[in-house]
Amino acid sequence: MMLLALEDLTVLRGEVPVVDTVSLSIVPGEVVGLIGPNGAGKTTLMRGALGLLPHRGRSTLSALTPGERARFVTWLPQSREIAWPVSVETLVTLGRVPYGAGRTALSAEDARAVSAALDQMDLEVFRQRIATRLSGGEQARVLLARALAQETPLLLADEPVAGLDPAHQITTMEVFRRLAYDGRSVVVSLHDLGLAARFCTRLVMMDKGRLVADGMPGEVLSPERLASVFGITAWRADTPEGLVIQPTALSGSAP
Amino acid sequence: MTRYLWLMIGLTAGVALLFVASLLVGPAKISPLVSLSALIWGDSGPLTLVMREIRLPRALLGIMVGASLGLCGAAMQGYLRNPLAEPGLIGVSGSAALGAVIAIQTGLTAAFALALPLAALAGAAVSVVLLFALAGPRGGSLTLILAGIAISALAGAFTALVLSLSPNPFAATEIVFWMMGSLADRSFLHVTLALPFILLGLALLLPLARGLDTLTLGEDAAAALGTHLLRLRLTLISGVAVMVGTATAVAGAVGFVGLVVPHLLRSAVGARPGKLLAASALGGAAMVLAADIAVRLILPGRDLKLGVLTAIVGAPLFLHLVYRTRRDGG
Amino acid sequence: MRLLLCLIAGFVVALTQIGIGNAAPARVVSMNLCTDQLAMLLAAEGQLVSVSYLARDERSSAMARQAQNYPVNHGLAEEIFLLKPDLVIAGQFTSQTTVSMLKRLGMPVAIMSPAYALDDVRDRITEMGRHLGRERKAAELIAAFDAGLVALRDTSAKHSRRRPRAAVYAASGYVSGPESLSGAILDAAGFDNVAREAGVPVGGLLPLEQLVLLNPDLVVLPTPWPGASRSEEVLGHPALLALQDRTAAAPLTDRDWICGTPRVLNAIASLVNVRKKISEAP
Repeated sequence: MMLLALEDLTVLRGEVPVVDTVSLSIVPGEVVGLIGPNGAGKTTLMRGALGLLPHRGRSTLSALTPGERARFVTWLPQSREIAWPVSVETLVTLGRVPYGAGRTALSAEDARAVSAALDQMDLEVFRQRIATRLSGGEQARVLLARALAQETPLLLADEPVAGLDPAHQITTMEVFRRLAYDGRSVVVSLHDLGLAARFCTRLVMMDKGRLVADGMPGEVLSPERLASVFGITAWRADTPEGLVIQPTALSGSAP
Repeated sequence: MTRYLWLMIGLTAGVALLFVASLLVGPAKISPLVSLSALIWGDSGPLTLVMREIRLPRALLGIMVGASLGLCGAAMQGYLRNPLAEPGLIGVSGSAALGAVIAIQTGLTAAFALALPLAALAGAAVSVVLLFALAGPRGGSLTLILAGIAISALAGAFTALVLSLSPNPFAATEIVFWMMGSLADRSFLHVTLALPFILLGLALLLPLARGLDTLTLGEDAAAALGTHLLRLRLTLISGVAVMVGTATAVAGAVGFVGLVVPHLLRSAVGARPGKLLAASALGGAAMVLAADIAVRLILPGRDLKLGVLTAIVGAPLFLHLVYRTRRDGG
Repeated sequence: MRLLLCLIAGFVVALTQIGIGNAAPARVVSMNLCTDQLAMLLAAEGQLVSVSYLARDERSSAMARQAQNYPVNHGLAEEIFLLKPDLVIAGQFTSQTTVSMLKRLGMPVAIMSPAYALDDVRDRITEMGRHLGRERKAAELIAAFDAGLVALRDTSAKHSRRRPRAAVYAASGYVSGPESLSGAILDAAGFDNVAREAGVPVGGLLPLEQLVLLNPDLVVLPTPWPGASRSEEVLGHPALLALQDRTAAAPLTDRDWICGTPRVLNAIASLVNVRKKISEAP
């Protein structure tokens, strides 16, 4: 069973391809880290795959109706927008809209999903607080909880850990691991190569709109690719805890 | 949920009370019991005529106009995610007035009564489309207000021009009515003309609640939650144009209702844009009824314009909101 | 300071010219719809050189046809100056800036008040006769007016003792009070003015619901203007139409009602006819 299949997905901005003939498939149980330098096309790839941008090529997601898609895939955009001073609970409950919340009274299933999401993101104490009055990091966690409450087989998250403290970065990545363990899958774009190496089951590296590597973190994060794609050198070690990678210098300035 | 229910019950009771009060207030001092019995049981006397043909349509139009303006304010704010979006301030009402004035002065309305709401609706629709195009999906305050000022000024100038070109000596003096609005001397002709359009507007806008709720998370997230953004935008434009157009066609441009009412009710509905829709419709009805009672109490028999009162209440609030938006870096 | 001196000098010149002007002025310009009509009625051949453009307007002027024989002015100081009048006759509500400009230019300007009563009609005719040096013609006109008025009053009094109650109602709900020309016309035709009951002396806004509750026997409405206006919408309000259904059909106020000239007799005559119908009705 495949959760997502892209075939030659191309997204143009004007004449220029921002995502260039990317083919990719996601199966259940994966945490796929999407890495690449700024402007590599990570966000565009995810939005194109969702059908939020006009694209060429095929995506199994954009073929769905909006309603079907909302029950199959969750999208957590990078812009952490909370337009109105709603309570945390209200915001997280928006994740249940695809199942009819807001049209009818909240079902027991909806209430359970909301509580579970709040619990997973360590937000139970914030339940009645006004979301817009929380700190930036707290807001990011609330939005992630909203995404979790949607309880879809697939979650696409655009830089969900940016701006979080280390503990919550780890919490977040562990939540993704747990989702994968439950048979769901997560595609997450990351800038922190250490977290990517440590928590992702698979990495997809992009550069200038093209997919340049797809595989196990250890293979993808080779020194050659780090130098050619990111322009950096990194210290790496295979520990009993897994791969550890720490960028150290720009590749040009290496001795 | 129960809190929302109580709010709606309270607002409905408030509207009902103000409706009755509106029926009892007028330049002719008549005791409440006598007026109500003349209204309900009726006879062929002048008092029944006053109650049924003058005060009843006026009170009904107060509800319809107020509900339209409150609901449209809440809907536009929800869509643009900007509490400053108000049909009167950003030129939608002004453009509707222009449409209405053109229809009246070209003699279209004399030939075909529906031309009045239809022309006002067209005027409103043009300005909403223009505003959405200029302000962009996120409705940045600065572009929205600037575009609104330009559209208001242009619509006001053309309205004055059309009225000045009229062969009718009274028309030229009526720019105030179209800018400030009034419910004086409206009749059941206006009620029957407006009612179907107001109902259509309600049917278009109230179901947008869920979509507007999801927009709290931004356009992308809303779309991914299954909200059909294009359909939402088109329905919203149609609903706002129908309601603001019709309200303006019968009562002139009454400003600030769509600003004040959602602002006051927002915290009571937990800031949920969807829940704000129905609450603002009721709140708007209450506000316009109250303003229309006040104009008759403050200057009985002088036709003080509704917009004067709503602006006195609304403009300071608007300044406050501008200040807060600036402080929040919006 | 120089301006002030100029003004004073101009004013003195104007005063002296009016003062000396026992000799009839030879070139008279009228700037006001009502003075236009009085001047046309009284002026000698060639004495009146211009009337206002409104005098030719069929809707406002009872003498639009006669006005075709005169060049018109639009009340602008410049065009009036170029006509080189030796007397300018303006109305009380003629633009003050224009009038003071004309005075500064050394024009003699006579300002006449509108008529608010039938006595005023006589006074204005006398006044216009004096300005034009046509006192004898004015006296003839007043005699004819008085005769016409007496005849109409007699006819009216024959119909009935009871004076029906009436209102003269106009755009925006403006009602004419007893101390206005319309009120005087109503009174002369044998009607009581309900505006008096509402406490309106000269004229003012009377909300429709108060008019309906006053329940007059007759509502006199204006002739609609071309084009449309919201101010006139009240005149088609269902409540007003319902009120009129119960009352006699009234004539519409028109150009005969606007100015205090002998033409008001036409207006009175049309109302006397209505009174006759009301008294004949069962």
